[in-house]
Amino acid sequence: MSLLDPVWTSLLYLAAAICFILALRRLSSPRTARRGNLVGALGALIAVVTVFLSSRLENIPWILAAIAVGSAVAAPVARRVNMTQMPQLVALFNGVGGGAAALVALLELGHADNPWVRVAIVFTLLVGAVSFAGSGVTFAKLQELMTTRPVVFPGLPVVMGLVLLAAVAAGVAVVLTGSLLLAVLLLLLGLAAGVLLVLPVGGADVPIVISLLNAFTGLAVAASGLVLGNVLLVVAGTLVGASGTILTRAMAAAMGRSVAGILFGAFRGGSTAGSTAVSERPVRSSSAEDVAVLLGYAQRVIIVPGYGLAVAQGQHTAAELALALEARGIEVDFAIHPVAGRMPGHMNVLLAEANVPYESLKEMGEINAEFKTTDVALVVGANDVVNPAAKTSSGSPIYGMPILEVAEARQVVFLKRSMRPGFAGIENDLLYEPQTSLLFGDAKDSLAQVLGAVKAL
Amino acid sequence: MDGIALLTVTVLAVFVGFEVVSKVSSTLHTPLMSGANAIHGIILVGAIIVAGQAADPWVLAVALLAVVLATANLVGGFVVTDRMLHMFHARKDAARTAAGPKAGGK
Repeated sequence: MSLLDPVWTSLLYLAAAICFILALRRLSSPRTARRGNLVGALGALIAVVTVFLSSRLENIPWILAAIAVGSAVAAPVARRVNMTQMPQLVALFNGVGGGAAALVALLELGHADNPWVRVAIVFTLLVGAVSFAGSGVTFAKLQELMTTRPVVFPGLPVVMGLVLLAAVAAGVAVVLTGSLLLAVLLLLLGLAAGVLLVLPVGGADVPIVISLLNAFTGLAVAASGLVLGNVLLVVAGTLVGASGTILTRAMAAAMGRSVAGILFGAFRGGSTAGSTAVSERPVRSSSAEDVAVLLGYAQRVIIVPGYGLAVAQGQHTAAELALALEARGIEVDFAIHPVAGRMPGHMNVLLAEANVPYESLKEMGEINAEFKTTDVALVVGANDVVNPAAKTSSGSPIYGMPILEVAEARQVVFLKRSMRPGFAGIENDLLYEPQTSLLFGDAKDSLAQVLGAVKAL
Repeated sequence: MDGIALLTVTVLAVFVGFEVVSKVSSTLHTPLMSGANAIHGIILVGAIIVAGQAADPWVLAVALLAVVLATANLVGGFVVTDRMLHMFHARKDAARTAAGPKAGGK
């Protein structure tokens, strides 16, 4: 029941591939990004309709039912998920894509008579499984189902080495024999490698790993395209693999890290240890009224939002506070660290949700020089991105990451839940400095109290 | 399509992939990653082909699992990206005064 001849099929796949290229291009610019995403979805629709019209397919009712199930599960979750939990959702979607690629490759083994096709199958199986398991672990870390700190145990590099060696051996055996049993073994080894790859990655580096695994899934999809002889899968997968690699490097650069350092830093030991103990040094804790007075009689205030703000859903209150301060003639800006939140650009999304105007969101490079002339830096639920240890302490896991120079401001106010260290699990010396005061509590409640006190001034 | 032609396409796609995202501000890193994530959900096409050729019930079951997973990647990926970008779009015309009434939403 093939309705389309191969020429039309190829032309429609070409159209879908062009849609994907245009989608990525437009997603790179703020003005065209949303249309870009829709163009990508259009490309996907063209491709799926084409495959139904052009291939001789059995089991069509079953396939349609499976598509309905997948959509019915994913679309409501994607529509309803809290924006703070979006990074783990992206990790999850990435993982299931990798898993799908690995399953496709496994099932194609029976049809593969050519050893080169089996090479592509082995690659898809291994990379897809790594992506699936690795994404699962990043999901667990971001959802805080497990510790966000690096998990290392003695002998981890040895275990990882053995797993990889076994995977290579199993891969070679699958290419030579085409054994399904060995392919399943390879799949399991890939899952183990994915878990071992991500376990030692610490807190703040997790988003970069999501991006890397996204590129991995792209490569697995491209290889599955080679297996099936489907050009569209090859083009789309390769596009994602290549652009994902560039994106991963850009994200790592924004944090002052190298991708290799993130993945293998923990293997070398030492640097990720950080200090777990919360020290007993005294801090200056303060009341909402004190903070309101500091803010209300300042001339220039910079608000530094972090993940704590997003978790507490305090972005709307922060926007209102900025408005109230501006009504008093105070100059207020938001300083956005490139990795504030859980992913690069995450904080911009959250503040955009609260209708904070674009001009008030200042990027790090733009605003760092202005802290010197700032009366109060109000740090709301951020910690690692303002931690001077990134500049001064070469043993620190975040050493080398560019930070917002809030220490330069005349007064620094932290709104924090507790003295617990941030996502990277290291203490912030700035909390103990004489110009720093702290207001403990949930970010949204604290902001609401400060807002009320500012209005009462 | 023969092997060499596929290889040619692959290599060219690598360069296109590098090129299209070469200049992107850190603001858009998250939506771009999410959009790219949705695009590799196109493995759905592969899963449909495999499911459509399945004769053995076990093969069909695994292939249908792949279809479900791939659909979740594809549909969920595009929907969540659209939600992120909707917020970027909204702030162009929304003045900060609009923050009040919407507070506490979502």
